[in-house]
Amino acid sequence: MPYDPSNPLKDRITDIGPKSYEEFLPPVIKNNFGKWAYHEILEPGVLVHVAESGDKVFTVRVGGARVMSISHIREMCAIADKHCDGYLRFTTRNNVEFMVDDQSKVEPLKQDLLSRKQPGGGFKFPVGGTGAGITNIVHTQGWLHCHTPATDASGVVKAVMDDLFDDFTSMRMPAQVRISLACCLNMCGAVHCSDIAILGYHRKPPMIDAEVIDKVCEIPLAIAACPTAAIKPAKIKKPDGTDAQAVAVNVDRCMFCGNCYTMCPAMPLADADGDGIVIMVGGKVSNRISAPKFSKVVVAFLPNNVPRWPETTDCIRNIVEVYAADAKKYERLGEWAERIGWEKFFEKTGLDFTHHLIDDFRDPAYYTWRQTSQFKFTA
Amino acid sequence: MKHKTPLLDQLESGPWPSFVSDIKREAESRAKNEKGVDFQIPADVCDDILGVLELTYVHKRTHWKHGGIVGVFGYGGGVIGRYCDQPEMFPGVAHFHTIRVNQPGGKYYSTEYLEKICDLWERRGSGITNMHGSTGDIILLGTHTPQLEEVFWELTHDIGQDLGGSGSNLRTTSDCLGKSRCEYACYDTQALCFDLTNEYQDYLHRPAFPYKFKFKFDGCPNCCVASIARSDMSFIGTWKDNIRIDQKAVAAYVAGELKPNAGAHSGRDWGAFDIQKEVIDLCPTNCMAWDGKQLEIFNPECTRCMHCINVMPRALRIGEDTGLSILVGAKAPILDGAQMGSLLVPFIKAEPPYTEIKELIEKLWDYWMEEGKNRERLGELIKRKGFQKLLEAMELKPLPQMVKEPRTNPYIFWKAEEVEGGFDRDIKEYRKYHQR
Repeated sequence: MPYDPSNPLKDRITDIGPKSYEEFLPPVIKNNFGKWAYHEILEPGVLVHVAESGDKVFTVRVGGARVMSISHIREMCAIADKHCDGYLRFTTRNNVEFMVDDQSKVEPLKQDLLSRKQPGGGFKFPVGGTGAGITNIVHTQGWLHCHTPATDASGVVKAVMDDLFDDFTSMRMPAQVRISLACCLNMCGAVHCSDIAILGYHRKPPMIDAEVIDKVCEIPLAIAACPTAAIKPAKIKKPDGTDAQAVAVNVDRCMFCGNCYTMCPAMPLADADGDGIVIMVGGKVSNRISAPKFSKVVVAFLPNNVPRWPETTDCIRNIVEVYAADAKKYERLGEWAERIGWEKFFEKTGLDFTHHLIDDFRDPAYYTWRQTSQFKFTA
Repeated sequence: MKHKTPLLDQLESGPWPSFVSDIKREAESRAKNEKGVDFQIPADVCDDILGVLELTYVHKRTHWKHGGIVGVFGYGGGVIGRYCDQPEMFPGVAHFHTIRVNQPGGKYYSTEYLEKICDLWERRGSGITNMHGSTGDIILLGTHTPQLEEVFWELTHDIGQDLGGSGSNLRTTSDCLGKSRCEYACYDTQALCFDLTNEYQDYLHRPAFPYKFKFKFDGCPNCCVASIARSDMSFIGTWKDNIRIDQKAVAAYVAGELKPNAGAHSGRDWGAFDIQKEVIDLCPTNCMAWDGKQLEIFNPECTRCMHCINVMPRALRIGEDTGLSILVGAKAPILDGAQMGSLLVPFIKAEPPYTEIKELIEKLWDYWMEEGKNRERLGELIKRKGFQKLLEAMELKPLPQMVKEPRTNPYIFWKAEEVEGGFDRDIKEYRKYHQR
């Protein structure tokens, strides 16, 4: 019985919620739910979980591009039907996990996954993303589908992951390295607690679209949206010579967050030269050893050099290599930077420390200035 | 292909899966249409996605217009309107609305279910998805306005599946895989996530809040779904009693028979496992000791950071008196800067029907809905009004666990009823003894 547009409420079903997860659990998972004893990473991308019953589930983890076509998903389903009794799962970092209940099934599954290539030579299902390595970059929509981005998402991630591919498929890092991308300050990608964060950022204040602002905007909402009170009401002349209710932007107070644009489409701020990438590092969400930490800005701006963002990939590669060479086993990137001191972080990575990196935003700024004579000299 | 994409084509080389190659594959599949699908939006939609993205790479500015209100009847969330600002050049994506589908717990799927979603999205959408969006939903990326009700009808009637949240709603809840495949899970994240999602369907689909509200469920303090950093109310598994120790397995780690950290460091030669250096000395509370034979943990000092358990998962296990901690107010930067979740409830049991947890949720929502300003996240409200106000509203007793340290300023807001004799005094009486 299809939908009847002439009678939209007839037989309508609402608020049924998601499917129960219990329908989708592979039998070995269902049978041992809550009774897992331990796990091991057998090799990069391959895990075994052992239950109290002695049952084992072997997981092969593969990276995914997050943007996925249904043809790609159907191919995954065919693999899961062939090897995994028709079940699979996704991780929070956009990896896909294929699970089997016997070790003898692992190698054929792995070989099948690795044999599938894209026309350009890329792996459809690269195996890795476990342990002390670099897993998939979680990211947002970017230019592919969002209205506020200051950079692309999928393209930057493709460029960075191509460059870091060997560290997706190996585990040579001192601890796991979590890289995330958010294509604007709104941070749908929540990069504010990542070992390395790639953040799209605007650097020019919004323009005022005089022709339509009084028609498409709730002016008070746009004013209220500004975190620095940089927006005030103003009358402006429309192109046709008539007066219109609008706003004026105090450019000196604008920190380009784009929150006004979210409330008022007549205040766009995207710009080919103004927009680019901020690199933040040292965040984490785990409570392991030290408390969760926010990421810190270490590079205030890198340009959107399409299609492969070489400055961004080089910057990240450099940070990863210096960290890998210098940090102690189990030390997350932020824990390492705190141990050696941030002044040493800049010395060792060779990153330029500029005035942009000194916080000047309200109270949080004060807590980042140094209130001790204990510091280290750098060259 | 319909449009030339020289810039995007450069993203087809290299080992990582290329989304450009993948979208081209879908474009070809639609052009061939071997199954004879009765496409309800233009067959060349994927060509137009690549076309508009290529133009974006030239202009380095997005070509998606600001918002647009669309949705399905009776819901205020779950669908996000999106329109292209070059509809004549790219008619296939003139409308390109997103549909958020509430993913199942732990993101486990049967291929049967995924194939049904694919069939629906092939016929009525672009065939392009995000698996998954940042909040956790299955994202069906791009369809035209007349398809929205049709998609919703088929999702609910044929697949038994509901939409997720968007706007000033309860957002789609998400969880780590919990007890399904992890020995660290201190409570059943999937069961609690599923129960609360169903309990609060109305809040998920009809905007009643000042702004978005996120629940996330982490089974242990490792926080694999990052609840502590990005949910207004985060549920983090923990335990009250002692870490369980298998001394034989400890000895096996020390003897090199078992690989530390479940083998996570096997990509490099870090030398032989050194329990003193790698476990005892790294314990943040110094509550562990190793005398060469026995591992001892002084549990009352333990803050359950998970390090020792992560390093020796076969020797150490979480305790048996398990539950969860509730933290509130995490969010990403806009407007006031990023906020981490703050500890509100150190420990609570997590057993169905979760009555105590629901009482807390409803009190919290009452407070935020009453006091929160338009577009004010819970964390911002807590900062504006103070943590004490939150405790008052929640009817919770202040505990030292809620703070890292007591206040460093003595500017205490005493209330009249807290001071002997109250605030009301008589100036005339005062002046009897004090000249002007």
